[in-house]
Amino acid sequence: MRQLPTPPPLIRPATAALVAGLLLLIVASFCSLNMQWAALFGSDAIRSSAEFMAGFAPPDLSGKFLGKIAQGTLETLSMSALGTGIAFIFGLALALPASGRFGGMARSSLRLVLNVMRSIPELVWAVIMLIAAGLGPFAGTIALALHTTGVLGRLFADALENQSPEAEAALRTNGASPMSAFCYAALPQVLPQLMSYTLYRWENNIRAAAILGVVGAGGLGQLLKYHLSLFHMQQAASVIIAILLMIAAVDAMSFRLRRILT
Amino acid sequence: MYTSKTSIDTRLTEGYQPDPAWRGRLTAGIVTVLLLYPMLLASEFQPWILLDAQSLHATWNFLSSFVPPAHSREFLMLMLGATWQTVAIATAGLALALLAATPLSLLACTRFSVSRMESGKLRTASAIIRQIARWILVALRSVPELVWALLLVRIVGLGPTAGVLAIAMTYSGMLGKVYAEILESSESYTTQVLLRNGSSRLAALFYGALPESASELISYTTYRWECAIRGSVVMGFVGAGGIGQRMDESMKMLAGDEVSTMLIIFVLLVACADMVSGFLRKSLG
Repeated sequence: MRQLPTPPPLIRPATAALVAGLLLLIVASFCSLNMQWAALFGSDAIRSSAEFMAGFAPPDLSGKFLGKIAQGTLETLSMSALGTGIAFIFGLALALPASGRFGGMARSSLRLVLNVMRSIPELVWAVIMLIAAGLGPFAGTIALALHTTGVLGRLFADALENQSPEAEAALRTNGASPMSAFCYAALPQVLPQLMSYTLYRWENNIRAAAILGVVGAGGLGQLLKYHLSLFHMQQAASVIIAILLMIAAVDAMSFRLRRILT
Repeated sequence: MYTSKTSIDTRLTEGYQPDPAWRGRLTAGIVTVLLLYPMLLASEFQPWILLDAQSLHATWNFLSSFVPPAHSREFLMLMLGATWQTVAIATAGLALALLAATPLSLLACTRFSVSRMESGKLRTASAIIRQIARWILVALRSVPELVWALLLVRIVGLGPTAGVLAIAMTYSGMLGKVYAEILESSESYTTQVLLRNGSSRLAALFYGALPESASELISYTTYRWECAIRGSVVMGFVGAGGIGQRMDESMKMLAGDEVSTMLIIFVLLVACADMVSGFLRKSLG
């Protein structure tokens, strides 16, 4: 009689241990946070939050306030565009050494710098920049630029490293200077890729710029924070609606563009 | 275009080489300046503010207090607690999001629709339910987590509860949408065979669709966990607990040494989350 092979275990022991560990992490998280469920689901809490929500209606749609919102939206869009533009320039400048064109030392040290810039979120940069630049959209613009430089610099460096070196080498062996070899061979090859990364980051930055203001760095977020702190609920409601509309418009536009371009 | 060949030749020998794309470049330049100027105005772009004596002084004072980073035992213990709270907020928030996203994504996706399998179109009632589930998911995810946190802090008060709920809200919308998309785009053969042969929809899910797309679902979830950790730091700045709230406090007191410790912890935390989620993806995927 032929021996049937033993069936594989339903779940490997290592995976089971991992899943158990994850469950433990979740349980430990809930235990250590002592969540205030009572503050959420008590009858008092439900009544007060219903009152809170009711305060939002109707949103303030007076002409004067809509003008303010339009200005906030313009501020948000400018912050995101300028921040991305600055990040493009500095990202490219830092990507050159980070792609190993000036030796291994420069490469690894700049990659470390870019990683640090990237892992600190825009909002934290904004809080730090408030000290140097003061309240307002300028701090937000710099904050966006700093974070985005980290992101783009790293992506640009990878793109420059991964392109095929033949075109540039051909110009160099024929006597072109390093600068013109880079400008006429390397850059045109990667430029479409760099542009698509930049546009993608711009889309992200519009979303980020809309909420950066809650720490005082300009745009719609600052308007929201201001009116929420003063309990101007109806005005806050219109600002939230404006943020949602702007994000939805950006999403729809990028969806269309992607469909057209690809 | 209509110039004779000889005149071009003489121009070239004289060293006159017109840029063939000058019209386009000029137009692009003018448009850029016209667009840039109002943008610079709107965002109050005044870099010289940074070089103003007063602001340079403030910045220098603040930055010079960065070294050495605060490292007293007491402070480090406090930081350990705050870091754990940040991770716990992200984990608990994501767990709640998972609870809400799973049923919503199953409602939203059409893969298990028996009526569509038979007649090629959905029953009206179930089509309406699906549409409602989709709208709920859109509404949940389109409000940024920071805005949820701002609102929730006013309902449940300062502290981690607001952070957990804010992450649960936004991320249930994101997870639900992507789960539905993953299930929808997976290979439908097994599910169809099971359903046609009379298996229940739950069995079709467990034995047909889930094995197909489990690794994709897991890797997206761990990626979101990583994002949630970053998000929970940021939400601390509006009072939702964790290391962000501590950073906000130290920032207001201009305690540079504490801020620099927290920045280091934060960079390390993000790097660790990156590594852990990569490891989870590899071993569970």
